[in-house]
Amino acid sequence: MLKMESVSKSYNHRSGTVTALDDANVQIDQGEYVSVVGPSGSGKSTLLLAMGGMLSPTSGKVLFNELSIYDLSPDRRARLRRENIGFVFQTFNLVPYLTAQENVQVPLFLASVGEAEQVERAADLLGRVGLADRLHHKPSELSVGEQQRVALARVLANDPKVILADEPTGNLDPETSAQIIEFFDDLNREGRTIVMVTHDPHAAERAKRVMRLVGGAIQADEAASTRSMPSIGNVG
Amino acid sequence: MRLRKLVWREMFERKNQLATSFVAILLGIAAVVSIKNITFYSQKAVARELDALGANILVLPKSVSIQDYYSADMQGEEFPEEYVMRLVMSDLQGLDNLSPKLSMPVEVQGRKFTLTGILPKSEFQAKAMWAGAGIFTRPAEGCGEMGEVPDAFKPPVKETLVRQTVIDDLGSSEVLVGADVASLLGVKAQDSVEVMGKQFTVIALLPQTGTVDDSRIFAHLHTVQDLAGKEPVINAIEIVGCCNEISAGLVEKINKLLPDAKVVTVQQVVQTQINTNRMMSRLSMVFIGIIVLVGGASIANYMYANVYERRREIGTLMALGAGSSVILKMFLLKALLLGLVSGISGYILGTALAVVLGPRLAGIPVMPMPMLVLWAVALSVAISLVASCLPARSAARLDPCATLQEQ
Ligand SMILES: Nc1ncnc2c1ncn2[C@@H]1O[C@H](COP(=O)(O)OP(=O)(O)OP(=O)(O)O)[C@@H](O)[C@H]1O
Ligand SMILES: [Mg+2]
Repeated sequence: MLKMESVSKSYNHRSGTVTALDDANVQIDQGEYVSVVGPSGSGKSTLLLAMGGMLSPTSGKVLFNELSIYDLSPDRRARLRRENIGFVFQTFNLVPYLTAQENVQVPLFLASVGEAEQVERAADLLGRVGLADRLHHKPSELSVGEQQRVALARVLANDPKVILADEPTGNLDPETSAQIIEFFDDLNREGRTIVMVTHDPHAAERAKRVMRLVGGAIQADEAASTRSMPSIGNVG
Repeated sequence: MRLRKLVWREMFERKNQLATSFVAILLGIAAVVSIKNITFYSQKAVARELDALGANILVLPKSVSIQDYYSADMQGEEFPEEYVMRLVMSDLQGLDNLSPKLSMPVEVQGRKFTLTGILPKSEFQAKAMWAGAGIFTRPAEGCGEMGEVPDAFKPPVKETLVRQTVIDDLGSSEVLVGADVASLLGVKAQDSVEVMGKQFTVIALLPQTGTVDDSRIFAHLHTVQDLAGKEPVINAIEIVGCCNEISAGLVEKINKLLPDAKVVTVQQVVQTQINTNRMMSRLSMVFIGIIVLVGGASIANYMYANVYERRREIGTLMALGAGSSVILKMFLLKALLLGLVSGISGYILGTALAVVLGPRLAGIPVMPMPMLVLWAVALSVAISLVASCLPARSAARLDPCATLQEQ
């Protein structure tokens, strides 16, 4: 379903070129649950954004269902994201001036869903993440765990086939993290493909496949059950 | 959720940041709207006044300014009534009618009006006859464009049949009231009104003329002089002069005769007014320039700051599948709303200013002009949109991933 063919991404800096991603080859099938680990600065976020059609690689191809997404026009790519891909961020990135319900309505609005249906579906989704009584709260009036659940409800609004999560539990306490991880399990069980960058060993454990990045290169890519978690932050 | 709602919510939640740009545009639009509004009505008033005025020469005290035609006879400066006799006794040709006036502000039933003393024809003629001058027996014909010269003593109006007959004779306790006075006080002919402690009988209501006369009460000149506790003085003499004679230097001749007075043609007064109006419309052009610059710069500056502040939100929207056109529309719609709101508010403020200040500054009644709302909105929307073009484009071109990576 998702495929990267020798994808490299380098940034030009005054001090020289930084290679954030170095000749990455990845194949992710439908329904997979992949966690991406690696030390800070190893290119995990870069990999995820490139996969999601947000970051044009310096070289190589990213294919979504055999479609080379960076050969599409920006607008077609935006539509592809809207229809197929959901992003979850470490910092939630809720729209601060909108209520929980309105935040969940945003992707529906972008997909031109009618207003009445938006309201109804947003309420349903928030109910699903246990926030039925927080519909009209602004992000600033919600706990961080609740904010991340709103972000989850938002990502589900357009029923994406792939969910790309960048350290979704990075800002949460262990208990809330466990809750969120539970949701990801559910989503995967529903058949959604999940790629999750994480520093959290508990979160990584749930994945069926762990990909380890070091210095922009994929160092290991294996089924989670066949290996034990390496210590995090230890540059290999 | 629709784009409009999204934009509106953002503006509303962060209205403090918008305030400066909003106020800049609002004040500019308000200033221009009120200038345009007052200028329009004063031009209209000049035209009407000119139309209604039979007189074409004014004799005024030396020191009055003719900047403001409407209050030219209301500036508190006076000269002796004797000047009228000097004119009557003179051998000047082409003086078809003389109308001395003394005006003073009065309050009747708690409302402010102007009490104007005039000299009725009967008395005038008696005086003139007694003085041996025959100027009123001369036919008024042959005066070029003046055509039919109304022989009433105050700026007469074509439709003032009533006035002409009554003005022939005006007793010392009789008044004529202008149309606005009549409707404000609710008086009819034969009613009695008290003005400055004296009972008067209303002998006739004057028809609506659309001029300052509508809010005046006319009484006998000598009665007004007594009420004001003044010597026989007057504020102005309105003269109907024969046009041919005016071009032959009548004004200069009168001036020579009355060296202590200022003699001007109504044309001059009107020209002054027109010049004032022209200056006002230039001033409003300057204001427009200032709004365009200050308002535009303020909006552009605000919009850039807004885009910068919201880059993470923009990145998020793009991650959620918003194309760059949605982002562009989002900021342009915001500019449109800002322009609409400040244009409409500017119109309201400007109109309120004009209606309140018009009568005080220009001495004319000013009515709201709904047409100006279109003009105000068009201008402020245009400024806002143009100023927001580049910021909006920069938002639409943001690299979503750069905005998401910075923590
Ligand atoms: N916009 C950018 N310009 C220049 N260099 C960048 C940019 N974004 C990322 N980099 C560099 O690319 C490398 C990979 O960054 P990336 O954000 O993918 O790392 P990461 O694995 O997600 O790190 P972390 O775990 O801290 O989030 C880093 O060295 C970073 O400094
Ligand atoms: Mg990262």
